[in-house]
Parts: sequence; structure tokens; C-alpha cells
Amino acid sequence: MPIISQDDLNLWMRRDRKVQRKRYLSWLIALIIIGVGFAYISRQTMWEFVSDAPRQIRDFLSRMFPPDVKYFSRIWPALWDTINISIFGTGIAVVISIPLAILAAKNTTVHPIVRGVVLAIIVASRSVNSMIWALIIVQIVGPGMFASIMAIAIRSLGMLSKLMYEAIEEINQEPIEAITATGASRVQVFFYGYVPQLLPTFIGTSVYRWENNIRESTIIGIVGGGGIGLLLNSAINRLAWDQVVSVLIVILITVVGSEWVSATIRKKLV
Amino acid sequence: MVEKHMVSISNLVKKYPSGQEALKGVNLEVNANEILALIGPSGAGKSTLIRCVNRLVEPTSGKIIINGIDVCTLGYKALRMQRRKIGMIFQEYALVDRLTVMENVLSGQLGYTGTFKSIFRKFPPDVVDSAIKLLERVGLLDYVDSRADQLSGGQRQRVGIARALIQRPDLLLVDEPTASLDPKTARQIMRLIVELVIEYKLAVIINIHDVQLAQMFAQRIVGLRDGIVVYDGTPDQVDNSVLTEIYGEEDWDQGKKRHAQEEDDDEDDDIDQVE
Repeated sequence: MPIISQDDLNLWMRRDRKVQRKRYLSWLIALIIIGVGFAYISRQTMWEFVSDAPRQIRDFLSRMFPPDVKYFSRIWPALWDTINISIFGTGIAVVISIPLAILAAKNTTVHPIVRGVVLAIIVASRSVNSMIWALIIVQIVGPGMFASIMAIAIRSLGMLSKLMYEAIEEINQEPIEAITATGASRVQVFFYGYVPQLLPTFIGTSVYRWENNIRESTIIGIVGGGGIGLLLNSAINRLAWDQVVSVLIVILITVVGSEWVSATIRKKLV
Repeated sequence: MVEKHMVSISNLVKKYPSGQEALKGVNLEVNANEILALIGPSGAGKSTLIRCVNRLVEPTSGKIIINGIDVCTLGYKALRMQRRKIGMIFQEYALVDRLTVMENVLSGQLGYTGTFKSIFRKFPPDVVDSAIKLLERVGLLDYVDSRADQLSGGQRQRVGIARALIQRPDLLLVDEPTASLDPKTARQIMRLIVELVIEYKLAVIINIHDVQLAQMFAQRIVGLRDGIVVYDGTPDQVDNSVLTEIYGEEDWDQGKKRHAQEEDDDEDDDIDQVE
């Protein structure tokens, strides 16, 4: 901002005095808000319970370990369900997202009104957590894997379509022009101009979403979605902490495994 | 050729939605087998003009008659048929990076190939054969299965040339083919294009901002300024006054003078340069 001439020197400051004062003031206000908020939280907290925490943790750990090894035989089938939920949920979402993304992208949509409608669908899907979707869908189709798959699919298609349509909008237009100029039909332009450019992004995003969905489908069972979350919920309800730990160990291994699979696939896409 | 002119553009106007008027009534005839260079400053409307010819850009008004057909009035299907006979070469090559060299060349035949056949890369044997011959001609036979993004700029432009020629076009549109290339490669590419144009007996419109290259390779030069044709003549008629007419006031001899001076110094010539 201002260059100030002082004697023979030209001085430069990043901000002038007025702006600087305003900035200090806003920092002060932020600090006061944090302080007030902290005081409120403190008043709402029963500190006796917090001070009790170390003892509670020791107690918990003693109940959790050793994990219930026999329970694993019940976990494996549930894990299979969970993996299936994530794969089918993601698969359905991908199949629906591709046309949605094409209709949502400025450069490929058929009409601005269609684009508006699709964008609304995408926002609706994204703004509701998959747990909430599961709660709603369980009410409609009853508890079980199907409800989970639906919840995962509905939640994922928003995120997938959004990332895909952004990829379509950022596409390199020159090859598209070149293919069009050869007299190719719209379908051919799509398969020769768009598909090769978009394929890596589409596959990468889908795999990444699947990795997220493995995590989501492990807990979605808690609200009646089936799979490993169902076991976790029932173990917690029965206060069987050694079984809870067994489930958590399996979830941890599964998540790490899915992250590895996803990273490996995405690394191969260049 | 029955018609006198192969391409006949009259009163071509293009107004972009932003209100910018890129072409303000262009009139231009291109004869069969003619090598025409279109020069002019950036923003003069060169790109817009050649993109109107195959309607990558929709003209606002005017006529573009190619071999007796007004391109501007064609429907989707007829336009596609017309585009098959017009090849195009681009500044940034416009290859599909993730496809192989062969796929890029064959994409020039999409207009002649059925949708499903093209998706599964089932091109007729004679098309594949001519693709191989073209790749041999442009010196890329060893790169048939390389991905387009693995090639250098000059090689990529050669793929672009092969893609345009496999269309068996009557007319070639070339948009700044050398602007992204080094001076040597630029000359080689220009020479290759001109050789092939003569070999295949095509008419060609080349957008080029390098006046020297234009003079070297074209038979006719058209100067565009502010969306209007301001010069139309032979390459050797392009002198300083013509350049000023096209590009605006500039000391066109400055570079030449210094160049001449250095040469004289090297040869220990006694004659003084008049500055």
C-alpha cells in the first residue's frame, strides 16, 4: 500500500495505520469470542467426571483386553457384507453420476434448466450425511444391506458427480475441436475427445470414493444398515467391550487395506 | 474443378456474444491448389476466420461457399459431411494425449466410420494401410503405438498433419502450425505441409504470424487487420508499407539493418551503411 516519503527516504508499509488498527481490533474480538465460548463450555462440563477420566480409561482397557478372539468367526461374514455394501453402493453411484456429470457440466449439458435441476440433485445428495440417508431409507425399505447400499449410493453420487463435472469443465478443448473438425458425430467426439481425457479422473475419483465408503459402511450398520456396524452396535449395547475391540481391529485392518488398494490403483493412472 | 474458386467467402461477419466484432465483412476467394497465407496481428480475426470455414465458430452473417455449397446454411448431418472434406491443423497440435499415435491419426477418419466400429477401433484395412503410409511419410512409423504425449512438439505436429490428411480433404485449414515450435522445426513443418499440399493437390489456408515464413512458403498472402482484409497479393509484393498497413507503424528495417551491418563487418566490406 502506501509509500511514504520521509526526508529523502521512500518508505513502504504493507498496510496503512487505519487498516492495521482494524486488523488488531478483529484479532482482539476473535480472542474475546474464544474466551467467552470456553467459559460457557467449562460451565457445561462436569469437571469431576473429567478428572475421573484416567481411572475410567484404565477400567475400559481392562475390559477391552484381551479381545474376544472367538467373536471373529461372527465378524468375517459381517465384514463380507460391509465390503459388498461399499462396492455395490459405489458402483451404483458411479453409474448414475456419469450421466449426471455430463448434464451438469457447462460445456456438455443439453440445456441450462436441466443443468440447474441436476446441480440441485447433486447439492441435495451432498448436503445430507450418509448416516442420515440410512436412517431415512431404513424407514422406507426396512433395515438391512439394501438400505445401506442405497444410502451409500445416494450420498456418493453427489460427490462423484461434482468432481466429475468439474473435470469435464476443465477439459482441454483443443482436441475436442480437432475431432469435431474431422466430421465426427457427437457420440464419436465424446468417445475420442472426452473419454480418454476423463477416464483417469473418473476411475481415480470412483476408487477414492469407494475407499471412503468402506469407512462409512462400517458405521452405517449402527442405524440398521447391516454389516459390521450392526455387530459393533450390538456389542456396545451389550457392554461387551472385548468384542467391541475385536470389531474395531477388523475395521482398522479393512480401512488400511482399502486405502492401500485405492492408492495403488490411483498411482497406476497417469 | 468446375467452379472458378474453390472457396468463396463473402461479407463474412462474426460477432461474439461479448459484443466483440472479430470479422467485419470479410471477402476472400481461394482457388484450387492454392497455398494462401493469412497474416495479421493477434486479434485480427485470423483464427476466427478459418474456424468459420468449418464452422467450429458459427458465423453471424455472410456466405462461405465451398465447391458450390454454402457451409453456413448446412444442418448438422450435412455439415459433418462437409467437414470430412476439410482437414485442420492446430497450433497446439490438438492431439488426444492419452491415445496412441495410430489412434490419433485414425481419428481423422471418424466421419467415414460407424459409431460402434470407431469405438472399438475397427477401421477398414485400407484406412489403416493409408494411416501407416502417412506415418511413414511424416517419419513417425516407429512411434505407431506411442502415446501422443510422449512425442516432442515437432513430432506431435506431424501426427496432426497425418490426421488431417487421412481425411482425404480438398481443403486444408492450418492455424498457426509453427507458433509453438523452434525456428528449425518450424521451417521443417512448414516445408512438410507445403510438400504434402502439392502432392495431394489441396488448397490450403495457413494462419501464420511469422511473415518471413509466410513469404517463404506461400503463393499468395492475405493480410487481415481488425476483421477486414487489408492486403491481398503475392509474397514479394509485401514490403514495409504493406506491413505497416497490416500491423501498424513500426520500424520494419531495424532488424534487417543490424543484420546487414554485421554481415558487412564480417566481410570487411568498405562500403558504409547509411543509417
